[in-house]
Amino acid sequence: MPTTNTPSNTTEPSISVKNLTKKFGDFTAVNEISFNVPKGSSFAFLGPNGAGKTTTIKMLTTLLRPTSGELSVNGADPAKHPLLARRSFGIVFQDPSLDDELTAYENMFLHAGLYGLPRAETPRRIQEMLEFVELWDRQKSLVKTFSGGMKRRLEIARGLLHTPEILFLDEPTVGLDPQTRNHIWTYIRKLNAERGLTVFFTTHYMEEAERYSTHVAIIDQGKIIAEDTAENIIKKSGTESLEDAFIKMTGHHVREEEASSVDVLRQQGRMWGKRTR
Amino acid sequence: MKSNTFYPLYILWLRQIKRYFRSRSRIVGSLGQPLLFLLALGYGLQGALGQGTDGVSYFQFLAPGIIAMSILFTAIFSGIEVIWDRQFGFLKETLVAPVSRFSIMLGRTLGGATVATFQGILVLIIAVIAGFRPEFSLIIPAIFFMFLIAILFTALGTAIASILEDMQGFQLIMNFLVMPLFFLSGALFPLDTAPAVLRGIAYVNPLSYGVDALRATLGSVAHFGLWIDTSVLVLVTLAFIGVGAYLFSRIKI
Repeated sequence: MPTTNTPSNTTEPSISVKNLTKKFGDFTAVNEISFNVPKGSSFAFLGPNGAGKTTTIKMLTTLLRPTSGELSVNGADPAKHPLLARRSFGIVFQDPSLDDELTAYENMFLHAGLYGLPRAETPRRIQEMLEFVELWDRQKSLVKTFSGGMKRRLEIARGLLHTPEILFLDEPTVGLDPQTRNHIWTYIRKLNAERGLTVFFTTHYMEEAERYSTHVAIIDQGKIIAEDTAENIIKKSGTESLEDAFIKMTGHHVREEEASSVDVLRQQGRMWGKRTR
Repeated sequence: MKSNTFYPLYILWLRQIKRYFRSRSRIVGSLGQPLLFLLALGYGLQGALGQGTDGVSYFQFLAPGIIAMSILFTAIFSGIEVIWDRQFGFLKETLVAPVSRFSIMLGRTLGGATVATFQGILVLIIAVIAGFRPEFSLIIPAIFFMFLIAILFTALGTAIASILEDMQGFQLIMNFLVMPLFFLSGALFPLDTAPAVLRGIAYVNPLSYGVDALRATLGSVAHFGLWIDTSVLVLVTLAFIGVGAYLFSRIKI
């Protein structure tokens, strides 16, 4: 029961996806999906493991080329004009992507340099963003001394440093305690409400999606199976919560996901005891 | 915003430098091996070999080879660090930045090469303390050649790291690439008197020309001569940067 009409879609969408397909050999990871992310919305992109969430995010953020379909990220096609598209979004990946051997400030400074921020403005912007995530007093600490939650906050600050229109968050709260999760959502909500930032996030915590999203899309086996507000999805499925609706729609069986080469590397890293996080 | 092309290069270069100077144990640790080679081979074999045919002592002959070795090792590992960056996620941060992959690869390579050159200079200083007497007037050209060798092998390391998925192949690279490059380069023995097979292998080994260039500038015997050394090194460096940039641009996260 896919719904194509996006609720309250008055302005041009921030992200639009049309008939997007990604094949890896014979395997179709993403199958002809279409959806729109309205400007200023908080868009929850949900699905079981291996449903195609991360593949879709990778295509939206220029890390993967689509097999077919049309994409627009803030008006730019990530496949044709990757540099243009990259300027318009910030991203917090599922796994940390900080340089542990550098300080918080240096990580921010590096990002500013890569994104071509005017140098006169850079220190002020860095201070502003580090203050926003309450890490300014730790600016001179090496990132390897940070906790998981602090790293995540730093990554959010970094993702926002170049004032993007869209912020991608791939499971931003995975592995964090409820306090930190709450903390992080407070920031994201504030940005969403005060600056009209479009937030595109994935999560496995359905209560987070229910509480913090204005729009929800559910993907399963490479297909969008629902796109609406959380409230409407719950109503239509005749369940009590988004979690129940989600399980009703995607089934009870557990999805297996093969370990990627990066996971294997992490495992080895742990075994070698080299620079473990 | 005139600096849009070069500033990201500088930023990535700076990152490599900062990381290097922050890990003192790595600097000291990587001086151990060259020191051992200098002492054990340089002092150990000198007595047995006596004065060389060109009137240069074996220690004097060996020192440039050991400097080249330390540059080779540091450079290849700087390049291979791409794999670690991939593991610890930082690579993704650079790949979604509005900077071309070529700039990222070049910035990293120049940073790694600067670090390797610095390592080479440290070994040179140690060698001088241990009794090496270089031609000080040609020290600047010597450093230029050190940098050229460093870029060449950092680019090679980056190219290899771009195709490797994880560190499984690491031992393979050590045993079948880095060690042969070093031992079969003429860093330890004169090519003039080497058996034809060994000499033939050394001729297709780019490090041989690097070692030769360092010998020529630091004041011992040269086998190929500076013109051949420079031409080969520049051409191979450009080729490796090209291959490295191509493979790096194809990295999938």
